[in-house]
Amino acid sequence: MNTWIAIGATAAGCSLVKLAGLLVPAGVLERPLVRRFAALLPVALLAALTAQQTFADGHALVLDARAAGLTAAAVALLLRAPFLLIVGAAVVVTAGVRALCG
Amino acid sequence: MAEQTALTDRRTDGGGRPDAAVVRDALGVGIAVGLSGFAFGVTSAGSGLSVWQTCALSLLVFTGASQFALVGALAAGGSPLTAAAGAFFLGVRNAFYGLRLSQSLSLPRAVRPFAAQWVIDETAAVSLAQPGRRAARLGFAVTGLTLYVLWNLTTLLGALGAEAIGDTDAWGLDAAGPAVFLALLAPMLRTTAERAVAGLAVLLGLGLLPVLPAGVPVLMAALAAPAVLYVEGRRRSHAEGLRGSCRDGRSDGTRQSDRTRPDDQSRSGGPAGQNDRAGRAGRVDTEEERR
Repeated sequence: MNTWIAIGATAAGCSLVKLAGLLVPAGVLERPLVRRFAALLPVALLAALTAQQTFADGHALVLDARAAGLTAAAVALLLRAPFLLIVGAAVVVTAGVRALCG
Repeated sequence: MAEQTALTDRRTDGGGRPDAAVVRDALGVGIAVGLSGFAFGVTSAGSGLSVWQTCALSLLVFTGASQFALVGALAAGGSPLTAAAGAFFLGVRNAFYGLRLSQSLSLPRAVRPFAAQWVIDETAAVSLAQPGRRAARLGFAVTGLTLYVLWNLTTLLGALGAEAIGDTDAWGLDAAGPAVFLALLAPMLRTTAERAVAGLAVLLGLGLLPVLPAGVPVLMAALAAPAVLYVEGRRRSHAEGLRGSCRDGRSDGTRQSDRTRPDDQSRSGGPAGQNDRAGRAGRVDTEEERR
Protein backbone atom coordinates (compact mmCIF):
# COMPACT_ATOMS: atom_id res chain seq x y z
CA MET A 1 0.00 0.00 0.00
CA ASN A 2 2.80 2.39 0.93
CA THR A 3 4.37 1.78 -2.43
CA TRP A 4 1.18 2.71 -4.24
CA ILE A 5 1.01 5.96 -2.25
CA ALA A 6 4.55 6.78 -3.36
CA ILE A 7 3.71 5.89 -6.96
CA GLY A 8 0.56 8.03 -6.91
CA ALA A 9 2.31 11.03 -5.36
CA THR A 10 5.21 10.82 -7.79
CA ALA A 11 2.96 10.43 -10.82
CA ALA A 12 0.80 13.37 -9.77
CA GLY A 13 3.76 15.62 -8.97
CA CYS A 14 5.71 14.79 -12.12
CA SER A 15 2.68 15.21 -14.39
CA LEU A 16 1.90 18.52 -12.77
CA VAL A 17 5.34 20.02 -13.38
CA LYS A 18 5.33 18.81 -16.98
CA LEU A 19 1.97 20.44 -17.57
CA ALA A 20 2.97 23.58 -15.68
CA GLY A 21 5.80 24.19 -18.13
CA LEU A 22 3.40 24.07 -21.06
CA LEU A 23 0.75 26.24 -19.43
CA VAL A 24 2.58 28.77 -17.27
CA PRO A 25 3.38 32.14 -18.86
CA ALA A 26 7.05 32.27 -19.83
CA GLY A 27 8.04 35.09 -17.46
CA VAL A 28 7.38 33.16 -14.27
CA LEU A 29 10.04 30.50 -14.69
CA GLU A 30 12.45 32.51 -16.80
CA ARG A 31 14.06 34.42 -13.95
CA PRO A 32 17.79 33.63 -14.02
CA LEU A 33 17.94 32.54 -10.40
CA VAL A 34 15.01 30.14 -10.81
CA ARG A 35 16.54 28.63 -13.93
CA ARG A 36 19.94 28.33 -12.31
CA PHE A 37 18.41 26.58 -9.34
CA ALA A 38 16.47 24.22 -11.59
CA ALA A 39 19.70 23.33 -13.39
CA LEU A 40 21.63 22.67 -10.18
CA LEU A 41 18.95 20.72 -8.31
CA PRO A 42 19.21 17.57 -10.46
CA VAL A 43 23.01 17.71 -10.12
CA ALA A 44 22.73 17.60 -6.34
CA LEU A 45 20.11 14.86 -6.31
CA LEU A 46 21.81 12.63 -8.88
CA ALA A 47 25.18 12.95 -7.14
CA ALA A 48 23.70 12.07 -3.76
CA LEU A 49 21.70 9.17 -5.20
CA THR A 50 24.71 7.76 -7.05
CA ALA A 51 26.80 7.86 -3.89
CA GLN A 52 24.11 6.36 -1.68
CA GLN A 53 23.14 3.56 -3.97
CA THR A 54 26.79 2.62 -4.34
CA PHE A 55 28.03 2.94 -0.78
CA ALA A 56 24.99 2.52 1.46
CA ASP A 57 23.64 -0.60 3.08
CA GLY A 58 20.71 0.51 5.18
CA HIS A 59 22.15 3.12 7.51
CA ALA A 60 25.73 1.87 7.17
CA LEU A 61 28.37 2.92 4.67
CA VAL A 62 30.02 -0.02 2.94
CA LEU A 63 32.56 -0.62 0.22
CA ASP A 64 31.51 -3.64 -1.83
CA ALA A 65 31.25 -4.95 -5.39
CA ARG A 66 28.97 -2.06 -6.40
CA ALA A 67 31.92 0.34 -6.07
CA ALA A 68 33.83 -1.74 -8.63
CA GLY A 69 30.77 -1.71 -10.86
CA LEU A 70 30.45 2.04 -10.64
CA THR A 71 34.14 2.44 -11.43
CA ALA A 72 33.60 0.35 -14.56
CA ALA A 73 30.66 2.59 -15.50
CA ALA A 74 32.85 5.67 -15.02
CA VAL A 75 35.52 4.21 -17.29
CA ALA A 76 32.89 3.38 -19.94
CA LEU A 77 31.60 6.93 -19.58
CA LEU A 78 35.06 8.38 -20.17
CA LEU A 79 35.40 6.19 -23.25
CA ARG A 80 32.12 7.73 -24.48
CA ALA A 81 30.36 4.39 -24.53
CA PRO A 82 26.63 4.42 -25.26
CA PHE A 83 24.18 4.54 -22.38
CA LEU A 84 23.29 0.85 -22.35
CA LEU A 85 26.93 -0.17 -22.42
CA ILE A 86 27.69 2.02 -19.40
CA VAL A 87 24.94 0.34 -17.40
CA GLY A 88 25.95 -3.08 -18.73
CA ALA A 89 29.57 -2.58 -17.66
CA ALA A 90 28.48 -1.74 -14.11
CA VAL A 91 26.25 -4.81 -13.90
CA VAL A 92 28.76 -7.25 -15.35
CA VAL A 93 31.67 -6.05 -13.22
CA THR A 94 29.58 -6.05 -10.05
CA ALA A 95 28.40 -9.59 -10.73
CA GLY A 96 31.94 -10.65 -11.62
CA VAL A 97 33.43 -9.27 -8.42
CA ARG A 98 30.69 -10.94 -6.36
CA ALA A 99 31.27 -14.25 -8.07
CA LEU A 100 35.01 -14.08 -7.47
CA CYS A 101 34.83 -12.91 -3.88
CA GLY A 102 31.93 -15.09 -2.93
CA MET B 1 17.71 35.80 -24.07
CA ALA B 2 17.95 32.13 -24.75
CA GLU B 3 14.88 32.37 -26.90
CA GLN B 4 16.55 34.95 -29.04
CA THR B 5 19.50 32.70 -29.56
CA ALA B 6 17.25 29.82 -30.36
CA LEU B 7 15.32 31.90 -32.83
CA THR B 8 18.41 33.10 -34.63
CA ASP B 9 19.68 29.57 -34.77
CA ARG B 10 16.48 28.53 -36.31
CA ARG B 11 16.57 31.27 -38.88
CA THR B 12 20.11 30.66 -39.94
CA ASP B 13 19.15 27.09 -40.35
CA GLY B 14 16.82 28.13 -43.11
CA GLY B 15 13.28 26.89 -43.33
CA GLY B 16 12.12 23.36 -42.75
CA ARG B 17 14.09 20.16 -42.72
CA PRO B 18 13.10 17.13 -44.73
CA ASP B 19 10.67 15.06 -42.70
CA ALA B 20 12.76 11.93 -43.20
CA ALA B 21 15.76 13.51 -41.50
CA VAL B 22 13.67 14.58 -38.52
CA VAL B 23 12.11 11.14 -38.21
CA ARG B 24 15.51 9.48 -38.40
CA ASP B 25 16.88 11.64 -35.55
CA ALA B 26 13.77 11.10 -33.48
CA LEU B 27 13.82 7.33 -33.95
CA GLY B 28 17.50 7.14 -33.08
CA VAL B 29 16.95 8.84 -29.75
CA GLY B 30 13.64 7.14 -29.03
CA ILE B 31 14.95 3.62 -29.63
CA ALA B 32 18.27 4.00 -27.82
CA VAL B 33 16.68 5.48 -24.74
CA GLY B 34 13.51 3.45 -24.92
CA LEU B 35 15.52 0.25 -24.58
CA SER B 36 16.93 1.39 -21.25
CA GLY B 37 13.49 0.88 -19.77
CA PHE B 38 14.79 -2.67 -19.38
CA ALA B 39 17.27 -1.47 -16.76
CA PHE B 40 14.48 0.28 -14.95
CA GLY B 41 12.21 -2.76 -14.97
CA VAL B 42 14.96 -4.93 -13.54
CA THR B 43 15.96 -2.38 -10.92
CA SER B 44 12.40 -1.75 -9.85
CA ALA B 45 11.50 -5.42 -9.51
CA GLY B 46 14.83 -6.02 -7.79
CA SER B 47 13.91 -3.29 -5.31
CA GLY B 48 10.83 -5.25 -4.32
CA LEU B 49 8.13 -3.56 -6.42
CA SER B 50 5.62 -5.80 -8.13
CA VAL B 51 5.35 -6.01 -11.91
CA TRP B 52 2.17 -3.93 -11.75
CA GLN B 53 3.78 -1.24 -9.66
CA THR B 54 6.80 -1.14 -11.91
CA CYS B 55 4.68 -0.79 -15.04
CA ALA B 56 2.46 1.84 -13.40
CA LEU B 57 5.56 3.96 -12.79
CA SER B 58 6.67 3.82 -16.41
CA LEU B 59 3.15 4.46 -17.70
CA LEU B 60 2.24 7.28 -15.32
CA VAL B 61 5.49 8.94 -14.25
CA PHE B 62 7.47 8.45 -17.47
CA THR B 63 10.55 10.37 -16.46
CA GLY B 64 13.43 8.00 -15.89
CA ALA B 65 15.52 9.68 -13.22
CA SER B 66 12.47 10.17 -11.04
CA GLN B 67 11.49 6.54 -11.48
CA PHE B 68 14.94 5.23 -10.56
CA ALA B 69 15.10 7.61 -7.59
CA LEU B 70 11.73 6.47 -6.31
CA VAL B 71 12.45 2.76 -6.39
CA GLY B 72 15.91 3.33 -4.93
CA ALA B 73 14.48 5.30 -2.03
CA LEU B 74 11.74 2.74 -1.40
CA ALA B 75 14.27 -0.09 -1.47
CA ALA B 76 16.37 1.78 1.09
CA GLY B 77 13.35 1.88 3.39
CA GLY B 78 12.35 5.48 2.85
CA SER B 79 8.82 6.60 3.68
CA PRO B 80 6.54 6.89 0.63
CA LEU B 81 6.41 10.66 0.84
CA THR B 82 10.14 11.35 1.24
CA ALA B 83 10.74 8.92 -1.63
CA ALA B 84 8.16 10.72 -3.76
CA ALA B 85 9.62 14.12 -2.82
CA GLY B 86 13.05 13.16 -4.15
CA ALA B 87 11.52 11.82 -7.35
CA PHE B 88 9.44 14.97 -7.72
CA PHE B 89 12.42 17.30 -7.37
CA LEU B 90 14.18 15.39 -10.13
CA GLY B 91 11.14 15.91 -12.35
CA VAL B 92 11.03 19.66 -11.83
CA ARG B 93 13.34 20.36 -14.73
CA ASN B 94 10.68 19.06 -17.11
CA ALA B 95 8.75 22.26 -16.38
CA PHE B 96 11.56 24.19 -18.01
CA TYR B 97 11.49 22.01 -21.09
CA GLY B 98 7.75 22.55 -21.29
CA LEU B 99 8.30 26.28 -21.15
CA ARG B 100 10.50 26.17 -24.24
CA LEU B 101 8.40 23.60 -26.03
CA SER B 102 5.19 25.55 -25.57
CA GLN B 103 6.78 28.30 -27.64
CA SER B 104 8.34 26.16 -30.35
CA LEU B 105 5.42 23.73 -30.75
CA SER B 106 2.64 26.24 -29.98
CA LEU B 107 0.16 23.47 -29.37
CA PRO B 108 -3.57 24.18 -29.06
CA ARG B 109 -4.57 24.41 -25.40
CA ALA B 110 -6.75 21.33 -25.63
CA VAL B 111 -3.82 19.16 -26.77
CA ARG B 112 -1.40 20.35 -24.07
CA PRO B 113 -2.54 18.09 -21.22
CA PHE B 114 -1.95 15.08 -23.47
CA ALA B 115 1.35 16.30 -24.87
CA ALA B 116 2.58 17.10 -21.35
CA GLN B 117 3.26 13.44 -20.51
CA TRP B 118 5.91 13.35 -23.23
CA VAL B 119 7.73 16.47 -22.07
CA ILE B 120 11.07 14.95 -21.03
CA ASP B 121 14.76 15.42 -21.75
CA GLU B 122 14.82 13.53 -25.01
CA THR B 123 11.73 14.98 -26.66
CA ALA B 124 12.90 18.46 -25.67
CA ALA B 125 16.37 17.81 -27.07
CA VAL B 126 15.07 16.53 -30.40
CA SER B 127 12.27 18.99 -31.03
CA LEU B 128 14.09 22.10 -29.87
CA ALA B 129 16.85 21.23 -32.32
CA GLN B 130 14.52 21.45 -35.29
CA PRO B 131 14.47 24.52 -37.51
CA GLY B 132 10.73 25.09 -37.90
CA ARG B 133 7.45 24.44 -36.13
CA ARG B 134 6.47 21.59 -38.41
CA ALA B 135 9.78 19.80 -37.88
CA ALA B 136 9.66 20.52 -34.15
CA ARG B 137 6.19 19.01 -33.86
CA LEU B 138 7.18 15.99 -35.93
CA GLY B 139 10.33 15.46 -33.87
CA PHE B 140 8.38 15.75 -30.62
CA ALA B 141 5.66 13.34 -31.73
CA VAL B 142 7.97 10.67 -33.13
CA THR B 143 10.43 10.79 -30.24
CA GLY B 144 7.61 10.83 -27.69
CA LEU B 145 5.71 7.95 -29.24
CA THR B 146 8.73 5.70 -29.86
CA LEU B 147 10.15 6.33 -26.43
CA TYR B 148 6.86 5.91 -24.60
CA VAL B 149 6.02 2.62 -26.29
CA LEU B 150 9.50 1.13 -26.02
CA TRP B 151 10.16 2.38 -22.49
CA ASN B 152 6.98 0.73 -21.27
CA LEU B 153 7.51 -2.50 -23.18
CA THR B 154 11.07 -2.91 -21.97
CA THR B 155 10.03 -1.98 -18.44
CA LEU B 156 7.59 -4.88 -18.49
CA LEU B 157 10.19 -7.27 -19.91
CA GLY B 158 12.75 -6.17 -17.35
CA ALA B 159 10.33 -6.58 -14.46
CA LEU B 160 9.25 -10.05 -15.62
CA GLY B 161 12.88 -11.02 -16.20
CA ALA B 162 13.92 -9.87 -12.75
CA GLU B 163 11.10 -11.86 -11.17
CA ALA B 164 12.19 -14.94 -13.08
CA ILE B 165 15.81 -14.51 -12.04
CA GLY B 166 14.99 -14.14 -8.37
CA ASP B 167 18.00 -12.70 -6.57
CA THR B 168 18.91 -9.74 -8.78
CA ASP B 169 21.83 -8.76 -6.56
CA ALA B 170 23.69 -11.93 -7.44
CA TRP B 171 23.59 -10.77 -11.06
CA GLY B 172 24.97 -7.35 -10.17
CA LEU B 173 21.71 -5.71 -11.16
CA ASP B 174 21.72 -3.51 -8.09
CA ALA B 175 24.56 -1.62 -9.78
CA ALA B 176 22.31 -0.59 -12.69
CA GLY B 177 20.63 2.23 -10.77
CA PRO B 178 23.77 4.08 -9.70
CA ALA B 179 25.30 3.55 -13.15
CA VAL B 180 22.26 5.19 -14.73
CA PHE B 181 22.52 8.12 -12.33
CA LEU B 182 26.22 8.51 -13.05
CA ALA B 183 25.62 8.50 -16.81
CA LEU B 184 22.97 11.16 -16.40
CA LEU B 185 25.04 13.23 -14.03
CA ALA B 186 28.33 13.32 -15.92
CA PRO B 187 27.30 15.64 -18.76
CA MET B 188 25.84 18.09 -16.24
CA LEU B 189 29.21 18.66 -14.57
CA ARG B 190 30.41 21.43 -16.83
CA THR B 191 31.33 24.26 -14.49
CA THR B 192 33.01 24.61 -11.12
CA ALA B 193 29.67 25.46 -9.56
CA GLU B 194 28.13 22.22 -10.84
CA ARG B 195 31.06 20.16 -9.57
CA ALA B 196 30.90 21.91 -6.22
CA VAL B 197 27.19 21.08 -5.97
CA ALA B 198 27.87 17.43 -6.82
CA GLY B 199 30.72 17.15 -4.32
CA LEU B 200 28.77 18.78 -1.53
CA ALA B 201 25.72 16.65 -2.29
CA VAL B 202 27.78 13.45 -2.04
CA LEU B 203 29.18 14.56 1.32
CA LEU B 204 25.74 15.45 2.64
CA GLY B 205 24.11 12.31 1.23
CA LEU B 206 26.69 9.95 2.71
CA GLY B 207 27.43 11.93 5.86
CA LEU B 208 23.82 12.17 6.96
CA LEU B 209 22.97 8.60 5.99
CA PRO B 210 23.80 7.03 9.36
CA VAL B 211 21.89 9.62 11.37
CA LEU B 212 18.70 10.46 9.46
CA PRO B 213 15.74 8.31 8.40
CA ALA B 214 16.00 6.67 4.96
CA GLY B 215 15.24 9.01 2.09
CA VAL B 216 15.82 12.18 4.08
CA PRO B 217 19.60 12.46 3.45
CA VAL B 218 18.97 12.76 -0.30
CA LEU B 219 16.52 15.59 0.29
CA MET B 220 19.06 17.28 2.56
CA ALA B 221 21.70 16.81 -0.14
CA ALA B 222 19.47 18.83 -2.46
CA LEU B 223 20.39 21.80 -0.25
CA ALA B 224 23.80 21.74 -1.93
CA ALA B 225 22.18 23.58 -4.87
CA PRO B 226 20.93 26.64 -2.95
CA ALA B 227 24.12 26.63 -0.85
CA VAL B 228 26.35 26.91 -3.90
CA LEU B 229 24.03 29.46 -5.49
CA TYR B 230 24.27 31.53 -2.32
CA VAL B 231 28.06 31.42 -2.24
CA GLU B 232 28.14 32.23 -5.95
CA GLY B 233 25.85 35.23 -5.39
CA ARG B 234 27.95 36.47 -2.47
CA ARG B 235 31.10 36.24 -4.53
CA ARG B 236 29.56 38.02 -7.44
CA SER B 237 28.21 40.89 -5.40
CA HIS B 238 31.57 41.12 -3.65
CA ALA B 239 33.37 41.28 -7.00
CA GLU B 240 30.89 43.81 -8.30
CA GLY B 241 31.35 45.87 -5.17
CA LEU B 242 35.10 45.91 -5.78
CA ARG B 243 34.61 46.84 -9.38
CA GLY B 244 32.15 49.54 -8.44
CA SER B 245 34.74 51.14 -6.19
CA CYS B 246 37.13 51.20 -9.15
CA ARG B 247 34.35 52.89 -11.15
CA ASP B 248 34.62 50.38 -13.90
CA GLY B 249 31.04 50.37 -15.03
CA ARG B 250 31.54 48.62 -18.31
CA SER B 251 33.12 45.42 -17.20
CA ASP B 252 30.08 44.98 -15.07
CA GLY B 253 27.97 44.41 -18.13
CA THR B 254 30.50 42.11 -19.69
CA ARG B 255 30.67 40.11 -16.56
CA GLN B 256 26.96 39.75 -16.50
CA SER B 257 26.81 38.18 -19.93
CA ASP B 258 29.74 35.90 -19.18
CA ARG B 259 27.87 34.63 -16.29
CA THR B 260 24.59 33.98 -17.98
CA ARG B 261 25.96 32.39 -21.06
CA PRO B 262 26.76 28.90 -19.81
CA ASP B 263 23.32 28.71 -18.37
CA ASP B 264 21.65 29.74 -21.57
CA GLN B 265 23.59 27.16 -23.44
CA SER B 266 22.60 24.48 -21.08
CA ARG B 267 18.96 25.36 -21.47
CA SER B 268 18.59 26.08 -25.11
CA GLY B 269 21.27 23.50 -25.10
CA GLY B 270 19.47 20.29 -24.86
CA PRO B 271 19.47 21.15 -28.49
CA ALA B 272 22.94 22.64 -28.42
CA GLY B 273 24.23 19.12 -27.92
CA GLN B 274 22.74 18.59 -31.29
CA ASN B 275 25.77 17.48 -33.19
CA ASP B 276 26.36 14.50 -31.08
CA ARG B 277 22.72 13.95 -30.48
CA ALA B 278 22.78 10.41 -31.70
CA GLY B 279 25.59 9.54 -29.36
CA ARG B 280 24.95 11.75 -26.44
CA ALA B 281 21.23 11.95 -26.44
CA GLY B 282 21.14 8.23 -26.91
CA ARG B 283 23.32 7.81 -23.97
CA VAL B 284 22.57 10.49 -21.55
CA ASP B 285 20.36 13.17 -22.77
CA THR B 286 18.70 10.22 -21.99
CA GLU B 287 16.43 9.98 -19.44
CA GLU B 288 17.70 12.16 -17.16
CA GLU B 289 19.75 15.09 -17.64
CA ARG B 290 17.51 15.47 -20.46
CA ARG B 291 14.69 13.47 -19.21
